[in-house]
Amino acid sequence: MTFPLFPEQASLGAREVDYVMLWLIGISCFFLLVTAGPIAFFCFRYRRGNQVNRVHIRKGALALEFTWTIIPIFVALGLFGLGASAYFRQRHPPEEAMELHVVGKQWMWKIQHPEGKREINELHLPEGVAVKLLMTSEDVIHSFFVPSFRVKQDVLPGRYTTIWMVPSKPGSYHLFCAEFCGTSHSRMIGRVTIMPRAEYQAWLLTGEQGESPVAAGARLFRELGCTGCHVGSPAVHAPNLNGLFGSVVPLEGGTTTLADERYLRDSIMLPNLQIVHGYEALMPSYQGKVSEEELMAVITYLKTLGSGKRGERIGGPGSAGAVEAGGEAARVQPLHLDMRTPAPAVVQPDGAPAAGGPAKGGTPP
Amino acid sequence: MNHSELTQPVDLPARENDSYLAKHTVRSWLLTTDHKRIAILYLLSILFFFLIAAIAAAIIRIELVTPQEDLIGADMYNRMFTLHGVLMVWFFLIPAAPTVLGNFILPLMLGARDVAFPRLNLLSWYLFITGGMVSLYAILVGGVDTGWTFYTPYSTTFTNGHLVTMVAGVFIAGFSSILSGLNFIITTHKLRAPGLTWFRLPLFVWGLYATSIILVLATPVLAMVLVLIAAERLWGIGIFDPAKGGDPVLFQHLFWFYSHPAVYIMILPGMGVVSELIPCFARKRIFGYKFVAAASVAIAVFSFLVWGHHMFVSSQSVYAGFMFSILSYMVAVPSAIKVFNWTATLYKGSISFDTPMLYALGFIGLFTMGGLTGLFVAAIAVDVHVTDTYFIVAHFHYIMVGGMVLGFMGGLHFWWPKITGRMYPEAIGRLAALVTFIGFNLTFFPQFVMGYLGMPRRYQVYPEEFQFYHILSSAGASILGVGYLLPVIYFIWSLKHGPRAPDNPWSATGLEWTTASPPPVHNFHQIPVVVEEAYQYPVPASPPLEAALPGKSQKGEPL
Repeated sequence: MTFPLFPEQASLGAREVDYVMLWLIGISCFFLLVTAGPIAFFCFRYRRGNQVNRVHIRKGALALEFTWTIIPIFVALGLFGLGASAYFRQRHPPEEAMELHVVGKQWMWKIQHPEGKREINELHLPEGVAVKLLMTSEDVIHSFFVPSFRVKQDVLPGRYTTIWMVPSKPGSYHLFCAEFCGTSHSRMIGRVTIMPRAEYQAWLLTGEQGESPVAAGARLFRELGCTGCHVGSPAVHAPNLNGLFGSVVPLEGGTTTLADERYLRDSIMLPNLQIVHGYEALMPSYQGKVSEEELMAVITYLKTLGSGKRGERIGGPGSAGAVEAGGEAARVQPLHLDMRTPAPAVVQPDGAPAAGGPAKGGTPP
Repeated sequence: MNHSELTQPVDLPARENDSYLAKHTVRSWLLTTDHKRIAILYLLSILFFFLIAAIAAAIIRIELVTPQEDLIGADMYNRMFTLHGVLMVWFFLIPAAPTVLGNFILPLMLGARDVAFPRLNLLSWYLFITGGMVSLYAILVGGVDTGWTFYTPYSTTFTNGHLVTMVAGVFIAGFSSILSGLNFIITTHKLRAPGLTWFRLPLFVWGLYATSIILVLATPVLAMVLVLIAAERLWGIGIFDPAKGGDPVLFQHLFWFYSHPAVYIMILPGMGVVSELIPCFARKRIFGYKFVAAASVAIAVFSFLVWGHHMFVSSQSVYAGFMFSILSYMVAVPSAIKVFNWTATLYKGSISFDTPMLYALGFIGLFTMGGLTGLFVAAIAVDVHVTDTYFIVAHFHYIMVGGMVLGFMGGLHFWWPKITGRMYPEAIGRLAALVTFIGFNLTFFPQFVMGYLGMPRRYQVYPEEFQFYHILSSAGASILGVGYLLPVIYFIWSLKHGPRAPDNPWSATGLEWTTASPPPVHNFHQIPVVVEEAYQYPVPASPPLEAALPGKSQKGEPL
């Protein structure tokens, strides 16, 4: 039986966290020495009854106070910098990271790969590829924790959180739920298996092949009736979804919001939370009508709709010149799916310029 | 200076046996407004809650000896750690030092006849007991399994425990905290003896004052959040429920806005006690009085600005995380200042190792460990890995048990002769202090290691590789149990058989030692007048002359 002090390093980020940890251990040992050392020495030397010179003139006390105030401040700032910079990288996945979906529920982890393969309480990952997990919960707060990756992120109901890593060492590792979630909290565990890329590709082809989230999202988009308002003839005045993801959306009340996963999710489940400027609150809530997995699929599909090129229609040119840029985000057009008739002219709700905030992926006209 | 009539130097006639303990009727205890008797009522009550919570801890540690489920089922396990957390935090750690030591010693230290509002003080105790009984009722009828943190939406929508009853108990006890804090603040402002200026106050008073500020300002936030949970659970108002557009993380913000400062409610009085003990047993004035005093206030202020460090993985923004991290590091600075000043106080002291001093030294050791591991969890990247693991469990036990309990025990031993008029047996007292220190470290140090290895907290069953550390921890807990049990036994023994205590058995400075042991009902027959700063211990000249000089240096300045 071995007694390691550090868990295995199975991701590139793990080494970075351990590096900060080693600094912390070193500095702690130093401070332990400069306090426990003198305390032990004074306790021995100045024990009552020991005949030593106890006369002292208190000089330089103020200098001493400032010394031991200022040095800890700088040490603290240094440690803050170490911890914060590693954390900053932990929280910013590279753009090209492969995206997996994780849904936590009492008491299991449900995972879907971008090709559509699903697994429960198991997570297979390819070695050396940046992987981003988009996570949510069906019920209470869970927390996705893989000690060998040194990553942990709470998984919340009604909200998306992400986590990312570059698995670096093939093998099998613990997956824990780290936030207390009820009776079987300690049984909400799983295995993370890291495999060489080729093996991962082969593994993806084994067993049942699911529909990919993008395909499922496109199907659900039709089945749930989203196309009725957001595509084709604007019988109902609804915002264009093309290129929506990553753009800045002007809202009623003059504010703007970044159209990230949270925004898409809220717009579907709690549509009255944030109304797009110039539109009426007509959208019904899909709460209870769509599962978390389905919702993730729809959002994944929406993200594929001309990402970064707001205003162009899918499946053809004909974007009718309504390219949104700068503060003109209020000009939207209905989504045009390629199986439908060409979209009509651009809807220009009121032409009012959107209030404030630079738009992402656009340049001022 | 504006002193109320209570502190006017009015002579009371000295009577034979006018000790505050003289009356024996139940009524004389339950309707007392004497701060000293109320302190005893609190002592008995918190010990009662501590005992129940400690039994829960014992059951948890036995269960964790093996990786499988053996002693109790999963639901019962979850109820046990919730019970342990709720009772320890709200019915032992938070009230212990302020309401027992604070209540008893504060007016004595100030040279006052009682606290500012004696009847309010009694009301605080009744609120505390009522809250405790309501919580106990919730436990007896089935308990709660959310953990002491009551995280939403689990607590509001999913758990089947008696959550509303439990939070009602905590809510009621919260008012006891608020009223005690208020009482202490006003007492410190208005009832100081003539000549007792702010910078002549004993440091325990500074610690208690800082604690009281937190009690008064933070506890109302806890009260609000508990009402919100109850309302959400009873009527589904949708503050925290995401299905209704609520925000479960909002709960965490509100909860930690109280519960982080609450950690300092636990530790500040302990620091105050240590600042009394070190000078007394080193026979030396405290080094850097003003810095130690100011550090208490600085800790109290900073404590309100760091709650977000509990939420680095809860989906809080990266930049909020940065702010909370840097502010958390700033709290470490006043804490470090205290430790350095205590260390410097020992320099050229004349140190004896009586039981209170052993606890004080133990406090410094464990608090330093707890504080240093605080640096680890303030480093965001490391916290992401260790949060919700045993690393955190170990860290906060080093602060709460290592810090608060050792400080409390040190204070209790130190003032026991004053409180009861009896001496406890010194030799076995030292042994108990040593046993506690060893048992504590054996219990909690392995938890740092297994925490970094990834062992999550609140796990009943766990992977086998952690078993070794759990066995060490459980073995340590049984030693710690002995360390706790010994004082209970010899304290009770000392009530009848301990030698009678002199007025000032430690030759300590401080007004509480100028009155009888146990003190008369009104504390002082004559209100003392203070003419010097705190901790004027005799300054030694060259070695052979040590005892010959009075308590001032030759230059007439305090050293």
